[in-house]
Amino acid sequence: METTVAATGTEGQEWGGGTRPLGASYGKLMMWFFILSDALTFTGFLAAYGFSRFKFIEEWPLADEVFNHFPFMHGVDAPMFYVALMTFVLIGSSVTMVLAVDAGHQMNKNKVSFYLLLTVIGGLIFVGSQAWEWKNFIAGEYGAVKTKGGKILQFVDTNGDRVALEDFATLGPRDVQAYGESEGIWYEESGDLGSTYTIDEVRRGFAANPDILIRTQFITVDGETGASEKTILSREESLFKLNNQAVKVVEGANLTENEYGAPLFADFFFFITGFHGFHVFSGVIFNLIIFFNVLLGTYERRGSYEMVEKVGLYWHFVDLVWVFVFTFFYLV
Amino acid sequence: MKFKNNVQKIWGVLIFLSIVTCVEVALGYIKPDILNGQFLALKYLNWIFIILTLVKAYYITWDFMHMRDEVSGLRRAVVWTAVFLIIYLIAILLVEGDYIYEVYKDAAVSFDF
Repeated sequence: METTVAATGTEGQEWGGGTRPLGASYGKLMMWFFILSDALTFTGFLAAYGFSRFKFIEEWPLADEVFNHFPFMHGVDAPMFYVALMTFVLIGSSVTMVLAVDAGHQMNKNKVSFYLLLTVIGGLIFVGSQAWEWKNFIAGEYGAVKTKGGKILQFVDTNGDRVALEDFATLGPRDVQAYGESEGIWYEESGDLGSTYTIDEVRRGFAANPDILIRTQFITVDGETGASEKTILSREESLFKLNNQAVKVVEGANLTENEYGAPLFADFFFFITGFHGFHVFSGVIFNLIIFFNVLLGTYERRGSYEMVEKVGLYWHFVDLVWVFVFTFFYLV
Repeated sequence: MKFKNNVQKIWGVLIFLSIVTCVEVALGYIKPDILNGQFLALKYLNWIFIILTLVKAYYITWDFMHMRDEVSGLRRAVVWTAVFLIIYLIAILLVEGDYIYEVYKDAAVSFDF
């Protein structure tokens, strides 16, 4: 045996094996490195967002005009308040998670399960809020028209306040060739498919209301205050744009068009908040699994609540990512 | 900040993070005109937002994720790697985005039609 097993003479020394130079268990270490790689993934997405924004720096939507809804306060302009509330919910659930980890160190099963349950509830509230946020964004609020070049034209009154399509456009007689039952379809696809008003109805309504102007998606900087605002055209320019360049009515946002401005904004919003929401959702699932394990006494028998610490790391990471998403989508 | 025990520290950090978020939302709502000046192609206001975000990120990582209690080797392996790669990626992409903006702006054809 002496000849087949190598004795290195380092047993019991630093490199003899069995020491943990980083002072963390294998599972925790791997969770940290997973988080590192996931952080770089989110960085890639957010940096791509920054790239597109710098590319269209003069025509990017102003976030506080896009996200200004609050539950049960219909029609009230409440920019960012709901997202701020979501941020508090997520930070709050992070806090209950740390409290669960802390209770785990004291081997207090009841406290761990209670705080884990609170964390799960916080996560669910957050995911639900995000769904609501998506719903508002997809539905849109005022409606706009799109030009041949894909730029968005919005409508404002003489004070610069937004005007919805329904405030001036009326459903007119429509010249759409209807098919019969034998063809199996009612209408062939038209450029106005899916929107409430056709572009002609918007044009007619606009011509009949002399105090409505067009606001383009281009940002001008106010010379005195330095504030950024969208350019408002004169009545003549507005009529020219609408009659010669507008091709389609846009209501709400999806992956190809966006009534608030550049479609890329909508694409990145759906992708990044969607990817983050997916993380929150999977975090809720992990927390639930661990919650049931705690109830079953798995970690009590194991003598350590380290598993709570590991899912806790993941949960805090989700919170950490949200802090950045919040800044770059809603504030900056 | 010094705290008597872990639980107290957690609540302390929560209050701190909440205050920072409130300041951010208030600034975003008011958008004071004095903060419209620019530094390195970014408004002062946006610099404030980014710095406050990094402050929040520090406290979440250090206190909620207990990075403060890990050995320095683990701390550096995770944080330095992330910070280096993130700065590198962002710098390259933003410079490139700005370049394309200039190309569009000075192009012989108009993109607004």
